[in-house]
Amino acid sequence: MPAIKSLDELKRIREEALKKKEMKTASGSIQVIVAMGTCGIAAGARDTMKSVLNYIEENKVSGVSVTQTGCIGMCEHEPIVEVVVGEQPKVYYRKVNAEVAEKIMKEHVQGGKPVESNILPLQV
Amino acid sequence: MQTKRAMILVSNDPESIRLGADDLVKSLNDALAAYELQDEVDVSTIGDVGRADILPLVIVYPEATVYGPVKAGDARYLVEEHLYKGRVATDLLAPPKQLSGHIGWLRTRKGYNPAEQRVVLERAGRIDPDDIEDYIAHSGYEALGKAVTEMTPMQVIETVEKSGLQGRGGAGFPAGRKWRFVRGAEGDKKYVICNADESEPGTFKDRVVMEGDPHQVLEALAIAAYAIGADEGFIYIRGEYGVAYQRLEKAIRQAEEFGFLGNNIFGTDFNFHLHIHAGAGAYVCGEETALIESLEGKRGEPRTRPPYPTTNGLWNKPTLVNNVETLSNVPAILRNGPEWYKAIGTPSSPGTKVYTIMGNINFSGVIEVPMGITLREVINIYAKGMKPGSTFKMAQTGGASGSIIPAALQDTPMDFESFRKAGVSLGSGALLICDQNVCIVDLVKVLLQFFRFESCGKCTPCRIGTQRSYEIVERITQGQGQLEELDKLLEMAAEMERASNCGLGQTASAPVRDMLKHFRTEVEAHIRLGICPTGVCPMVVEEEAAPA
Ligand SMILES: Cc1cc2nc3c(=O)[nH]c(=O)nc-3n(C[C@H](O)[C@H](O)[C@H](O)COP(=O)(O)O)c2cc1C
Ligand code: SF4
Repeated sequence: MPAIKSLDELKRIREEALKKKEMKTASGSIQVIVAMGTCGIAAGARDTMKSVLNYIEENKVSGVSVTQTGCIGMCEHEPIVEVVVGEQPKVYYRKVNAEVAEKIMKEHVQGGKPVESNILPLQV
Repeated sequence: MQTKRAMILVSNDPESIRLGADDLVKSLNDALAAYELQDEVDVSTIGDVGRADILPLVIVYPEATVYGPVKAGDARYLVEEHLYKGRVATDLLAPPKQLSGHIGWLRTRKGYNPAEQRVVLERAGRIDPDDIEDYIAHSGYEALGKAVTEMTPMQVIETVEKSGLQGRGGAGFPAGRKWRFVRGAEGDKKYVICNADESEPGTFKDRVVMEGDPHQVLEALAIAAYAIGADEGFIYIRGEYGVAYQRLEKAIRQAEEFGFLGNNIFGTDFNFHLHIHAGAGAYVCGEETALIESLEGKRGEPRTRPPYPTTNGLWNKPTLVNNVETLSNVPAILRNGPEWYKAIGTPSSPGTKVYTIMGNINFSGVIEVPMGITLREVINIYAKGMKPGSTFKMAQTGGASGSIIPAALQDTPMDFESFRKAGVSLGSGALLICDQNVCIVDLVKVLLQFFRFESCGKCTPCRIGTQRSYEIVERITQGQGQLEELDKLLEMAAEMERASNCGLGQTASAPVRDMLKHFRTEVEAHIRLGICPTGVCPMVVEEEAAPA
C-alpha cells in the first residue's frame, strides 16, 4: 500500500472499500460478526468465535465471512453475534456461547431460519 | 421505582407555568389514574426547551414525540390517544423545528436506544476495528485530509473553539482554548498526549472507544498535532487494557502504511509519529502531570503547578494532554462543522457524553447521549428502569472523583454548567445507580478506601487526610462513630481541598461532603441510635476489620 497523498486518493480508497463491503452483502453471501470488546471476550466471545470457525471448517461451509467488531454498549448481553444474510436486515443475537453459535451456524446461516431463543430485539 | 414503560415530560420554565403547566401536570396525572396507567407512566418536568411558541410543551418517551402547546384540557385526550391506545395524537403535535434548548436532539430517533445520538461511538460495534479500510469506508481520515490540505492550523483550532467542545476527562476545560495555548507556547518541539489511563472505578467508556474504533483516536491525535505544531505524540494507556493496546498498536501500523502517520502526511510537509505507552496501574497517573512524569520514566507523582503542561510538559516542552473521548469528537466536528456540533446537547455544553451505566437497574452498559439529559431520563429510558423492588436512592457519577447525586437532583440536566451550579460534578462518565438497600456510609467508606490506597503520598493533606477520613467513616460502620468526628471530617475536607497538590486530594473528600449534606440523618442514625438503617454495616468491630 503506497501512502495516500491527497484527498482524492482517499476518496478513491473509500469508494473501493465501500464497493468491497457492498459485494459482501449483495452477492447473497453471509457475514457473521462477533463482538470482541473486552466485555465480549470476558463473557466468552473467544469460544464463540472458535466455535463459528470450527463449524465452518468441519462442515466445509463456503460463502461466509467471519469478522469481529467492538462493543455496541450492551455489555450485559454479551457475547453478541450479528448475522447478515445478503440484503436482509441484520439479526443480533445475545448470550451466544459455543453451543448457541453452532446452532446459529446450522439453523440460520445454513438453514436460513433465525434462532429465535437468542435474538436481541434491536432496531438499527 | 418500578420499571416504567413511558415517561411524560412537561416544560416548567416560568413562561410555561404562566400558561398553565402546573395544571397540566395535575391533569395528566389525573388522566393517567383514570386509565389506571399511573404505575406504568411517569410524569416529570424539564426546564427551558428554547421554544417560546409551543409552550407548555409535552414530550412523551420512549418515542420522544413532542406535543405543544398543550392545555390542561388536552391532558385526557393526550393520555387516551398516546398512552392508552398507543397512537400519536396528531392534532396536538408541535410544529417541527429543532429544539434548541436542553435535550434538543432527543427528538430524533436513531440507533438502538430511544434517542441515542452517537458521535464518539458512531462506528464502535459497527466496524471491524482491525481493518483500516472499514474505517475509511465510514468517512475515516477525511477530517485529517481536510485539515492538513485545506486548513491552516489556526483554522483547525478556531473550528474546535467554535464547536464549544469541552474536555471529557473530568474537568471540562474548553478543548479549543487549550489547543490555542499550546500552539502559542514558545518552543520548536511540542507533543500531544492522549490520556487513556482511565482508572476511575466503574468507568470504561474510553476503552469501548479504543477497542471499537481505534483509528478515530489516531486521526484525532494527528489533527491535534497538526493544529498545535507537534510532530510526536503518545497514547498513555491503562496497563490492564490489553485488547485496546493491541488494537491501537495494529491501527498505528496500518495508519503508517497508508501514510496517515509518519512523514509527509497527505503529501504535505506535516510529519507526525505516534507511540503507545502502557501505564503500570496507578490511579494517580491519570492526572496529567503525573502521567508526564511516568512517561519520562520517573515515579508517577503529580508536579507542582504552575507551570502547566501547555508550556512545560513532556521533557519540559509545550504539551497538549486530552482525554480519549474529547479527542474522539474532533474528526466529526471537522467533517460536519462546528454549527452541527453545537446543535447537539445544551448551549453551554455542546455535544454528547458517553456514560457507563450500572447498579440496581435493568440494563447496564454503555450509552452515548446528548449533554443535558437528566438522570431520571437515563434511568427510565436507557437503563430500562430500576430493578423490580428497587427505589432510586442516589447515583454516583464518575467513579471515585464524581459526586453523589441524591434523588432531589434527578431532574437536573447533566451538563457541565447545570451540575456546577448544583454543586455536583459529572466526573469521568460512570453512573452507578444505587437503590434503597445501599448504605451511604458504606459507599463512602469504599470510596475513601480507594483514595487512601491510591494517594501517591507526595503531600501531607492528602496522604494523611484520606487515611484519617477513612478511619472515622470505618468507625461509624462499626458502631463506634462520634458526632464530633463528623465536624472533624468536614474540617479535614476543607484542608484537603485547600492544600492538596493535585486533583486526587482536592476531590477525595467530595463524597464525605455529599454524604453529610444529603444523608446526614442516615449517618447520625449509625451514631446516635447504633443502627444502620439499611442493615449493610456490621455495627460491631469485626475481627478482620480490627487494626492489625
Ligand atoms: C487523580 C486524577 C486522575 C485522573 N485520571 C484521568 C484519566 O484516567 N483520564 C483522563 O482523561 N483524565 C484524567 N484526569 C484528568 C487529567 O488530569 C486531565 O485533566 C485530562 O486528561 C485533560 O483532558 P481533557 O481536557 O480532554 O479532559 C485525572 C485527574 C486526576 C486529578
Ligand atoms: S494530592 Fe494526593 S495524589 Fe495528589 S500529589 Fe498530593 S498526595 Fe499525591
